[in-house]
Formats: sequence, structure tokens, C-alpha cells
Amino acid sequence: MLSRTADHLFWMARYIERAENTARMLDVNVQTALLPQDAENAEQGWRAMLSICELTEAFAKRHDDVSAEAVIDFMVKDPNNPSSIYCCLQGARENARAVRGALTTEVWETNNTTWLELKKVLADGTVERDPSEFFEWVKFRSHLSRGVTIGTMLKDDAFRFIRLGTFLERADNTARLLDVKFHSMPFSPLANLSTADPHADYYHWAAILRSVSAFETYRKVYRDVITPDRVAELLILRDDMPRSLLASLNEVCINLEMISNDYSANTERRAGKLRAELLYSQIDDILQMGLHAYLTNFLERVNDLGNRISKDFLVPLEA
Amino acid sequence: MSAIPFDEMHTLGGEVRHHYQDFSRWLEHQAPERLQNKRAEADLIFRRVGITFAVYGEESGTERLIPFDIVPRVITAAEWKILEAGLRQRVQALNMFLKDIYNEQKILATGLIPPEQIFNNEQYRPEMQGVKVAGDIYAHIAGVDVVRAGEGEFYVLEDNLRVPSGVSYMLENRKMMMRLFPELFARNRVAPVEHYPDNLLENLRSVSPQNSTDPTVVLLTPGMYNSAYFEHAFLAQQMGIELVEGKDMFVDEEVLYMRTTQGPKRVDVIYRRLDDDFLDPLAFREDSQLGVPGLLSVYRAGNVTLANAIGTGVADDKSIYPYVPDMIRFYLSEEPIIKNVPTWQCRKPEHLKEVLSKLPELVVKEVHGAGGYGMLVGPASTKEQIEDFRQKLISDPAKFIAQPTLALSTCPTFVESGLAPRHIDLRPFVLSGSKVSLIPGGLSRVALREGSLVVNSSQGGGTKDTWVLER
Repeated sequence: MLSRTADHLFWMARYIERAENTARMLDVNVQTALLPQDAENAEQGWRAMLSICELTEAFAKRHDDVSAEAVIDFMVKDPNNPSSIYCCLQGARENARAVRGALTTEVWETNNTTWLELKKVLADGTVERDPSEFFEWVKFRSHLSRGVTIGTMLKDDAFRFIRLGTFLERADNTARLLDVKFHSMPFSPLANLSTADPHADYYHWAAILRSVSAFETYRKVYRDVITPDRVAELLILRDDMPRSLLASLNEVCINLEMISNDYSANTERRAGKLRAELLYSQIDDILQMGLHAYLTNFLERVNDLGNRISKDFLVPLEA
Repeated sequence: MSAIPFDEMHTLGGEVRHHYQDFSRWLEHQAPERLQNKRAEADLIFRRVGITFAVYGEESGTERLIPFDIVPRVITAAEWKILEAGLRQRVQALNMFLKDIYNEQKILATGLIPPEQIFNNEQYRPEMQGVKVAGDIYAHIAGVDVVRAGEGEFYVLEDNLRVPSGVSYMLENRKMMMRLFPELFARNRVAPVEHYPDNLLENLRSVSPQNSTDPTVVLLTPGMYNSAYFEHAFLAQQMGIELVEGKDMFVDEEVLYMRTTQGPKRVDVIYRRLDDDFLDPLAFREDSQLGVPGLLSVYRAGNVTLANAIGTGVADDKSIYPYVPDMIRFYLSEEPIIKNVPTWQCRKPEHLKEVLSKLPELVVKEVHGAGGYGMLVGPASTKEQIEDFRQKLISDPAKFIAQPTLALSTCPTFVESGLAPRHIDLRPFVLSGSKVSLIPGGLSRVALREGSLVVNSSQGGGTKDTWVLER
């Protein structure tokens, strides 16, 4: 298929997935902010959010103080912030519009409707009144988009590029979400996952689990109290946990293999290697290395895969 | 001009014409609320599916619906037979003219057309001189605008040979009518139109350069901000071909490739919906971001077919229009089946004099204008507008042609006050390749404002389904 078409499909999927995960990350913070804690800690949570999205500087240019309202506004509504949910859903719709011929009518209409409704929802004050309700809506629209894609699209290259975009973005986003903990504790020793206050810890990790819809899953899998190492294991190494790093990499590899071309061998090899490392790792090794260091390395490699996919398939240089 | 224009549905005495009788009986039995609901349903469906067009000069991203009217324009089998023969004849002659102009120029040697009319024409492309094009076809897709002034009295208003648009509305209007009123199609033998994309693809494949047996055909669009983007995406999807932009392709050693996820793929035929000026920044407009650098070199080497060819504008220009009947006689030794509207060429002093003497009765058009912009409809204009135009005419007469104001036929149309006659035209699409083919009917456009003769969608025109009855 046409490289530009594949590029639009890939980015359409990435933007939708990013909007969903941004909503999930913001929701964690809104939930944790409800816990009894001092103002400094609460602010630190929002700073962490900006830091993991690499938006600290961009935010500082637009706002003086870090507050829940300011960060939510910046991450949800700001048309000048290319990572805002507004910009992501607009990007998804524009990419879909550019290749609507490659989409089924249902996929196109779903993404078009999401964009049209977003403008209404943003205008009616839901975000200010009940941010969690808005984040639910974003997640729901993303579920719908993914579902209608699986339910109506021919399983051809167009479909594979959409899936590739979804899972590459999810791998990136889940890693960032896990890394929140590090960023919210800039002064703590990195390797140690537990903090002085065991209760704060519990709620923090519970919020992270909920943000990836994994709270019940955790109970079901471990039938035990919530501990940081198990949360990390669930979200990094479990291949049956649909938002984990391994599950995402599995899908990346499957779809890469399906669209393989004469230039992509090295990209496939790197993706396969990253997947194999996840597959044969134990959580103790990862924690020994330090979770933050591990995730930083992982994010670099996912970013590298994105660049390579782009070069091999989407914006190839001339023959 | 005659006072009462020809009405497609009713005779002057108010009787329903034979070919409309069944429809008329059906219409009488419809509750007004049902029709109202059906019209609202049509609007809703068109908007949801996104059958919209962008309007130039309005806020960017403005997407508008072209109003759709539920009263069809009906053409009898006998009338269509004559129209079809006339259109085939005309497009055939125009293709022969283009081949002649860009090769031997025999028609100029006879003196039928003054050479300066060709060589001073901006639409004449010297780059095309001596270029061999597949099958000697230049205008593969023609959208010829036809109007009716009376019983059996059809005129060609304009030959659109560059990138004529509107065929997607012809197809969508039929789909909509069949969805809203299936019962009508059970009662009337309406010739189908749905196979147009198949015919178009077959036509494009038939003009591929000789060396390709399984040609790759693509549709070249200026992109999603073009007013006709919906049609480009629609046709590409219907034909199952790639919808490409200039940046999706590149030239290497006089061969054209598109960038695909499996590497470069050779392109044989381009159905281009991009004007000549933008096709190749190395040959035409340097600032064009929409074309492919080097495309002309591939074309001249005979390694790709452009449909339509470069330089077809020299045959559909309003300054050339008056000569088309002569072309038919010269190339085909036949008399024209469909008439030309009598035309004064203002560049000729004696014509200009006559035009100025009866300006309020005439329609004056810019030679290079299109889309209903920059024209004067004398009877519908104020004195000031007419005087303004008179000054323009005197200062640059060669820029204009003038025609009598035709009483375009009308067709009953739903407007705010109910059913009322509105002026219509017809754009049939003629495909030329290894053979010439037409889909029965075409796109009927209707001027929704009372008395208006301008049917262009950019000027508030609407569309109707067009029925050619099979018996």
C-alpha cells in the first residue's frame, strides 16, 4: 500500500491510543489527589505527570504555577500542546480524513464523531466539573474506535499498520505510566520502590493498577496484597495482561512480520530482541537494575523502533 | 428571449408530459409530510457520509452540502439517443482536433481557425508539440454541459476537457433516490448508472503505455483541502486504485514510481484531478508543491499516460468554442448533431459593435473564466452592472465572448414555497479510450434561486437525479 496511507493509518491509531493513555494518566493523578496528603506532595504528583510526558518546559511557558486545574487544562484542552487530548483526537481525525478511502465507513464515522463530540464536551464544562467522567468518555471512544476497527476492517496491510501504531504507542505509554513513581520522588534512592509511608504506597500502586484497568486483574492473578514488585511484574512481564509491555511488544512483532518488506529485517530483529528480553526476564533482575533505569532504556528502544518503522515503511527515502 | 421557458415536466398548456406521467401520479399521492421527512433524511445521510464540498473564499475547513432535489430530471429514450450520438461526435472531433494541433496542425493550414487563436492561447502547451500519446486520446474524460431551450432543441454550452468534476454526485444522487423512493424504480424503467467507476477504470487501463500488460492506475489529487476531494476519494475507492498526492511519487530515469510500504512501485496511468499548471514544478509552476518533479519528462518519454492529457484546455476554451462545429465538419465530414450557442467573439470589431448595441439582452463570459465567476447575465443585471461590464468590454474585448440569453428549460423543484420551476442543465460524462462510452444521463444541476440561470454549485446551485427512460 501507499506509504503515505500507511503513515496516516499508523498515526491515526497512535493518536487515539495516546489520547486514551493520557486520560488514564490524568485520572490516576486526580484519584491520588483525593488522598490525604500535603500540598507539596499533591503538586509533586502533577509535576511528575508533566515530567514523564516530557512537557515540563512547554507547560512552564504557558502557566506560572503547577496546579491540578492548570495541568488538566494543559493536557486536555490546550490546542498549543501537541500532546493534549484535544490535539490527539484532532490528529486522529485529520489522519483518518486523509485516508478515509482506506477505512470502513464505521471506522471513519467513529473517529469523525469522536472529534465532533469532543468539541461539544469541552464546551459544556464536564472537564472542570467532573474530570473523571470526561476521562471515562475518552477511554470509551478509544475502545469504540479499536473495536470497530477489529470488527469491520479487512485484515490486510491497512489493518496491520493501525494495529502496529496502537501497540507501539501503548508500549511507550504504559512504560511512562509506571515511571510516574520515580518522577514523583526526585530525592529518593532510585532502586528502592517502597517509601516511608506504606499506606501512601498502597494507594499509589492501587491507583496505577486502576489506571490500566488492572486492579481486579491483580487480585485475580496474585490473590494477595498489593506490592510494588508484583505491580511491576504484571505491567511489564505478563503476556496475558493486555496493557503490559510484553503483550504490547508481542503485537508489535506479529504485525511487523505481516508487513515485512525488503528493508525491514533489522527493525524486525530489534523488535524481536526487545520482546525476547521481556519474555525471558524476571522481575527481580529488573528491580536490581533499577526500575527507572530499566524503563528509560525501554522507552529509548521503543522510540528507536518507531523511527525505524517510519524509515522502512512510511516515509521512505527515494529508491 | 421567449417569455416562458420550456418546462421539462409540463406542456405550455399545463398538461403533464408523457414521460413524466407516472412520476406525477406518484407525486400527487405522496403526503407532504412524507416528502418533507424524506428530504430531511437525504440531508442527514449526505452529511454523515461526508458528501460535502469545500467552498473557496470562506473560512477554511468550511464543508457544505450541495442541495439535493428529489424531483428527477427525466429524459426520454428517443431524446437520449440523439444526445448520445451528438456527444460522441463532438468529443471525437475534439480529440482529433487536439491531436492535430499538437502534431500536424492541418486545420490551421485550411484557415478555419486563425493560428494566433491557438498560439496566443494560455491553454496551448508548446511542451506537448509532437508528443505521442497512447491511442491518440487527449480528453479521456469529458463533461460536456448541455442545455435545452425548447422541444428537441439542445445546445452545448461548454466542453469541459480538463478535470471535469461532478460524477460522484451523479452516482450518489441515484443511490439516494433508490434508497428514499425504491417504489419509483419498480414502476419506471430507469437506465442504471452505477457501473460508471467500472467503465472509467476500463477506460483508463485501455490507454496504458504499450509496455505494460497489467497497468497500475492511480488517481492524483491535490489533497484533502481541495473542493472536490470527496469525489477523488470516492472514485479511487470505487475503482480500487490508490489515491495519490504528488509527494507520493517520484521520477527515476524517466520512469514514474509511487512510494509504497513494499518499496517503489511503477505507475502507468494517472487519472489526474490536478490542473496542468501544478503537475510538474520543473516544467510548469515552480512553486507547485502538488505535482511531481520530472513528470513531464516521463510523459514525453511515453512511460506514463496522463488522463486527461496536458494541454486539453486549448480545445475547451471559450475562445475556441465557436469553432467546434467547423471541427466536426473538418475532421468527421459530418454535420453537428447538437448545436453550439451562437457566439459573438468580442475580439472581432464587428462582433463587439453588435454586442455593445444589445448588451442588456446578452450573456457575456470571460474567455478563460470558469465556475460561473466573472460573467454578466444581461437581463438579470442592473444598469450599473451592465455599464461596468461595457467598460470592461471596451478596454479588453479579446477577453470576452457573448451569447444570446438562452431560455434554459426548467424542471419542478422543491423550494421553500413548495414546488416551483427552476432552470436546469445537464452534464453527461463521455469516456474515450480504446472505445467511447457514455453512462445514460449525467449530472443535472439546478439553479435554486428564482429566475437564476447560474447552476454552479459554487453559486448556490443544487443537483437532481437524472433518469434516462429505457422505453
